[in-house]
Amino acid sequence: MKNDFRSRNHPAYWAFIVHRLSGVLLALFLPLHFWALGQALQGAAALDGFLRWTEQPLVKFAETGLVLLLAAHMAGGLRLLALEFLEWREWQKTLLAIAAGVSLVAGLAFLLNLV
Amino acid sequence: MENLKVRIWRGAEEGGFQEFEVPRQESQTVLDVVTYVQRKCDPTLAYRFACRVGVCGSCAMTVNGQSRWTCRTHVSKVAADNRLEIAPLRNLPVVKDLVTDMREFFDKWARARGRFTGSKTRKDEFERVSPESKERKRVDAGIECIGCGVCYSACDVVTWNKDYLGPAALNRAWTLVNDVRDTARAERLAAVAGDAGCHACHTHLNCTERCPKGLSPTAGIAGLKRAVLAATLSGEI
Amino acid sequence: MSRRSEVLLWGAQRISAMVLALCVVVHLVTMIYAVRSGLSAAEILGRTQGSVAWFAFYTLFVAAVAVHAPIGLRTIIGEMCNWRGRGLDVLTGIIGLSLAMWGMRAVFAVFGGGA
Repeated sequence: MKNDFRSRNHPAYWAFIVHRLSGVLLALFLPLHFWALGQALQGAAALDGFLRWTEQPLVKFAETGLVLLLAAHMAGGLRLLALEFLEWREWQKTLLAIAAGVSLVAGLAFLLNLV
Repeated sequence: MENLKVRIWRGAEEGGFQEFEVPRQESQTVLDVVTYVQRKCDPTLAYRFACRVGVCGSCAMTVNGQSRWTCRTHVSKVAADNRLEIAPLRNLPVVKDLVTDMREFFDKWARARGRFTGSKTRKDEFERVSPESKERKRVDAGIECIGCGVCYSACDVVTWNKDYLGPAALNRAWTLVNDVRDTARAERLAAVAGDAGCHACHTHLNCTERCPKGLSPTAGIAGLKRAVLAATLSGEI
Repeated sequence: MSRRSEVLLWGAQRISAMVLALCVVVHLVTMIYAVRSGLSAAEILGRTQGSVAWFAFYTLFVAAVAVHAPIGLRTIIGEMCNWRGRGLDVLTGIIGLSLAMWGMRAVFAVFGGGA
């Protein structure tokens, strides 16, 4: 038999889900990101054409989501590196709170500068 | 006090929950509830226990979805609205009702080289190990495991990768890696390396969250990850 | 894959994660700074074109991500689809190489393109 959410409902597991989801989504987004920057090969005008498309509110909203994913994957990843490479006992839950805080701050800073 | 409504798993891998009414008592444990059902309601109910005081590690089950030792889990702590759902441990084949086949669990201890290998005989002097040494402290942190299988049952990596050695076996290996008297360090590090060993751990901390003895197999597994990587890079294994 | 290779793969993902953590901090700060007055090709290319420092930085960034992402995806596919072995290892290599090449195309585009 397998476990269900009742067994998994604790902060470290949520952190795992965020890390895995953000990792997969970022990996899927990367080829698009590289394609967009590659537009510059056809000249600045081509790149500008793409950047104008990103001015739409919905795209801006998605961009903020991506920044949040990137920040969360980085902060959560640093937490994992600390847990794997440093001696630890009691401070692992503090690390989780710090990681969540850092990602939110990065996402918010981006959003506030964007609009 | 109101009666408890208890749903208990009946059957093997295939089966279903059967409901029983059990009188609520003060200081009642989940194991008391299961024993009541077996003695008063249905003597064919199969379950395992021995010491009843949290030493032997044989009475672990899944209580309201979470792996627990039942002898030291008070009903008052887990039964919301007087309801209990009691099932066998996860990630292990069910023999009957609440009894699992724990062979795979213990075989993995052997595969992780969980047996002490020394070089001394009874004619030699005792080894002196300072309680203050880093190694001894690491051993202390993991040595109280009672082999109940709660961590193995709670671990999702075990579910996703049948060959994964699991938290208990790796925790055992970590205590031996830090035992300065042990002579099988390199073989043990090789045995716990890679995708079926310590490096498969995702630091979900399910084991650490559920261990009834308050141990952190995750911390020991992290230690193994570092030790195995260092031994691999230095060519020791 | 031999146990030794698996351990080295795990190590490579952690080392690349450490490099990525630094790169992502720089990337986040740059992004938050860059979007303040809206993105334009002139703004992006003005920063990157002919700049050896940015070229080196983005090359390192792409290299680290081309190591990091495929190893993570390999683990996820192994666990979620229960597919392991030679075929998966080949796919991992292909994903890594594609990311590296596609990413370097983008780096060259913003370094030398848009003229």
